[in-house]
Amino acid sequence: MTETVMRTDGAAIGRADRRKEDARLLTGRTNWTDNIQLPGTLYMSCLRSSMAHAKILSIDATAALELDGVVHVFTGKDFPELAGSTCVWPVTDDIKMSTFPAICLDEVKYAGDVVAIVLANDKYVAVDALDLIDVDYEHLDAVVDMEEALKPGSPLVHSEMGTNECYVARMPCGDYEAAKAKADLVVRRRFINQRLIPNTMEPRAVVAAPMGMSDEITIWSATQIPHVLRVLLALLTGIPENNIRVVAPDVGGGFGAKLQINREEVLALVLAKKIGKPIKWTETRSEHMVATHHGRDQIQDIELAVTQDGQILGMKVDLLADMGAYLQIITPGTPLLGMFMYSGIYKMEALDFTCTGVYTTKTPTDAYRGAGRPEATYAIERIVDEAAAELGIEPLEFRKRNWIKHEEFPYTQIAGLTYDTGNYEAATARALELFGYDELRAEQTARRASGDTVQLGIGISTFTEMCGLAPSRTLGALKYVAGGWEHCTIRALPTGKIELVTGTSPHGQGHETAWSQIASDIIGVPVEDIEVVHGDTGRAPYGMDTYGSRSLAVGGQAIKMAGERLVEKARLIAAHQLEASPDDIEFSAGTYSVKGDPEKSTTIQAVAFEAFTAHNLPDGMEPTLSGESTVDPMDFSYPHGTHLAAMEVDTETGMVKLRKYVAVDDCGIQINPMIVEGQVHGGLAQGIAQAMFEGALYDNDGNLLTGSMGDYLLPSAADLPSFITDRTVTPSTTHPLGTKGIGEAGAIASTPAIINGVVDAIRHLGVTDVFMPASPQNVWRAIQTAKNGGAA
Amino acid sequence: MIPAEFDYVKAGSVDEAVAALVAGGEDSKVLGGGQSLLPVLRLRLNSPSVLVDVSGIDELRQVTDEGSSILVGAGVTTHEVMHHALVTAHVPLLSQAAGLVADPAIRHLGTFGGSCTHADPSGDMPSVAAALDAEFVVAGPGGRRTVAASDFFVDFFTTAVGLDEVLVAVRLPKMDGWGSHYEKFHRTAQAWAIVGVAAAVKVEGGAITGAKVALTNMGPTPVRATSVEAALVGGPATVEAIAGASGSAADGTSPTTDTHADAEFRQHLARVLTARAVTKAAGL
Repeated sequence: MTETVMRTDGAAIGRADRRKEDARLLTGRTNWTDNIQLPGTLYMSCLRSSMAHAKILSIDATAALELDGVVHVFTGKDFPELAGSTCVWPVTDDIKMSTFPAICLDEVKYAGDVVAIVLANDKYVAVDALDLIDVDYEHLDAVVDMEEALKPGSPLVHSEMGTNECYVARMPCGDYEAAKAKADLVVRRRFINQRLIPNTMEPRAVVAAPMGMSDEITIWSATQIPHVLRVLLALLTGIPENNIRVVAPDVGGGFGAKLQINREEVLALVLAKKIGKPIKWTETRSEHMVATHHGRDQIQDIELAVTQDGQILGMKVDLLADMGAYLQIITPGTPLLGMFMYSGIYKMEALDFTCTGVYTTKTPTDAYRGAGRPEATYAIERIVDEAAAELGIEPLEFRKRNWIKHEEFPYTQIAGLTYDTGNYEAATARALELFGYDELRAEQTARRASGDTVQLGIGISTFTEMCGLAPSRTLGALKYVAGGWEHCTIRALPTGKIELVTGTSPHGQGHETAWSQIASDIIGVPVEDIEVVHGDTGRAPYGMDTYGSRSLAVGGQAIKMAGERLVEKARLIAAHQLEASPDDIEFSAGTYSVKGDPEKSTTIQAVAFEAFTAHNLPDGMEPTLSGESTVDPMDFSYPHGTHLAAMEVDTETGMVKLRKYVAVDDCGIQINPMIVEGQVHGGLAQGIAQAMFEGALYDNDGNLLTGSMGDYLLPSAADLPSFITDRTVTPSTTHPLGTKGIGEAGAIASTPAIINGVVDAIRHLGVTDVFMPASPQNVWRAIQTAKNGGAA
Repeated sequence: MIPAEFDYVKAGSVDEAVAALVAGGEDSKVLGGGQSLLPVLRLRLNSPSVLVDVSGIDELRQVTDEGSSILVGAGVTTHEVMHHALVTAHVPLLSQAAGLVADPAIRHLGTFGGSCTHADPSGDMPSVAAALDAEFVVAGPGGRRTVAASDFFVDFFTTAVGLDEVLVAVRLPKMDGWGSHYEKFHRTAQAWAIVGVAAAVKVEGGAITGAKVALTNMGPTPVRATSVEAALVGGPATVEAIAGASGSAADGTSPTTDTHADAEFRQHLARVLTARAVTKAAGL
């Protein structure tokens, strides 16, 4: 564990500063969106379909409108042309794009779809009114199972498309058939990467209000993407972009669930404009479960072609990816974010990737922590364990025979990515040391020999991932309709205080602290004097927001460049004031001095005041002192690591216990090791939760069975062990600060580590896979099936 | 939290509470610690018109030594049940099981009596009460009556407490000389029991001379595993004998199928967990 220390003198980068933002976040003394109270607010509530698929025959809102306090009820007929969300990533030329209505006009396509909205003077009345709206539905068949959905004769989610197949994306790399022909063994598995429901502490919330100044409407939203949202709101509503200000106040978690444009945001904006009053909506947890986008949900048919001596020749990946009922912001692209990652850290001759996107009458899927890379990492890390087992090679040894060696970097892997740096040997060696690998293997052998009820397994995950989204040209080549740059402006104010304006939009990550640390080192101002401005298109107009572990990896570069530009401008002013050549001015810890004459010096704060008064600036220099930069990254960022899990399985009950977890991550240079530690811990909890606890289940009629926390299990601290973590440091060579993203690594790496451990514990009973989550029932059934001679 | 509108009455005594329930009619509901009722209101699964808050009634907050039994007021919190000296000394099964209910925040607000009257089939407290043959003291407009545990739990979320009645206290026999254990099987610390087993056994001279076993979530109400009890009593206190006796634990049960477990798996768990609970209760 990293020791947390108070700020001290010296380099700020690398220091475990306590987070500036935590006092207000932890005590709730801040403006969460739901805390924003504007006079005259109308509260919005949404009537959601209780059926997965149905025609809307009629809607009678008479009784609701008679309820005291109800101001309006709107249905799809009031906004027949208004879209409630949109997809910015048409992944293939012939993709079938759905239209997501703001309010359903004549058909609902998932349980939770919106059929009417109420505006009332009171939020309780707004909810009361929902019970008084009478909707007459005509049942249509639900489309729940992806394989059934693709069969001829299946009911259709979008009848006008004539199919439920949304797209087929292919990426053949190398010649897989040739690789397979050379193989001694082809290992095949079908993995189910189950549907998950991202859960943030703060649910979604929005307030939209005309501000009475010009035509501006301000929209506060619990969003990760204020800048992207502004563009999309303008495109969907026709309200000019320059009249829309989006503010993401302090936001309580996102994990991708708030990387979205939501119908509730669109409706709040349109209604605020139409009615001229503030409109407010805050979702309940029950609404969240059905109406905020879901994650994962893939059927993965995987083949690994290997030689007898344990060399991987090629891999075939055939995915079915559940889109849900509509395409939202990056629904179809989410599985493809993993496309390049199926080979993981291993060398191979061929990778044959196919993904079929499928419409179903379920809540739309979209990005969830890792978005595509957890699924890819799960597939490769599971299949290498299975191949090792079938070949009779120790799973770690099998990995070593195939991974990219540290002296081989930079290495262009089979999918075409060039990993800049990495040292899988070092991370693995450290993990083994912390884990006590040999002792645990010995215990495993002893338990097997004695036939202990509780068996022990060791799960390994040696992963890498691509993050830091992303070089804009690459995004363009992938048909994504936006760039991946990031912006920073650093202003030195006349009083010597610093305003750092970032285009990233934190929702728990600690940007205020980490960005201050970076700027403090570059411009020589104490972190306490730096105020980070974020999440407001009015105050921070340029940005591409926060997702895909991009904020430091991309945004950090812009901070560095902006800071250096500010320092260079100030150097010219200092030189002028000190009557020296700029080349003779040294800059250190916020002080400019003349080489060889340290008595002649000035501070950056003094220069800032000079730049403000502009009484004595070099000829032709513009007043004010700031630095600005918009950076497009050279490449993705490739953090990696080795994770090890010791899993106990009660073979009588199927109960799985995570006994010990070691995570050694390599995210290059760490700006704040304590924040890195927090990201790792949170990521681990979410990845482990997929493996052990979480899973969205639907019945055959398309009803969500896991619509409450009683059925959809989230672990708490009580359910997880104390993680043992450490880092190796292999600086990135494509990112000027040497950093790599760390926001998603824990979630990406841990899921296969857990399941590999569970399977390892009971492989001797004949089990070769366990469905996620590894619930007692799933594990017990796997054991029973294997006992009865079936393939588990 | 967005429940439907309701009236609220804070009762100062049991009589006041009964009077308020009578006045409120059939849509009135007793509010204790609120840990079961408030989520029900929030989710709008029920919309009572009157809530009668009994949390301020002193009588319900007492734990009394009655000689061969202790009387636990219905409003005693789960946390207090966990730690109360009379309970830990004489009914350790109850205090141990109380420590497995939900999480500390809920245990500090939720009450033993509330958990019993809520009668969730997956609740832990009802099966402890059933295993120990507890008696329930219920007050209504006609005065007070005592209901045996076997008559108290009627169906899913349904007890013998009438719409105009209040549970006052639960009488639990002192289990001095008995060993006990509550085996709760759940996937996360805060989750309800998938299956639970409350077991108390008396071991004398290497033989089991008394056995009380009740199952949680194996039917609409707590289920007494009478065939297991019968098989245990008179037999040796050995792991093998207990395992043998536990084989009939699921006989006659009708557990539900839900997202955590189907009925077949629950029945399997009932057998395994009964053996474990009894073995621990016997100190083996």
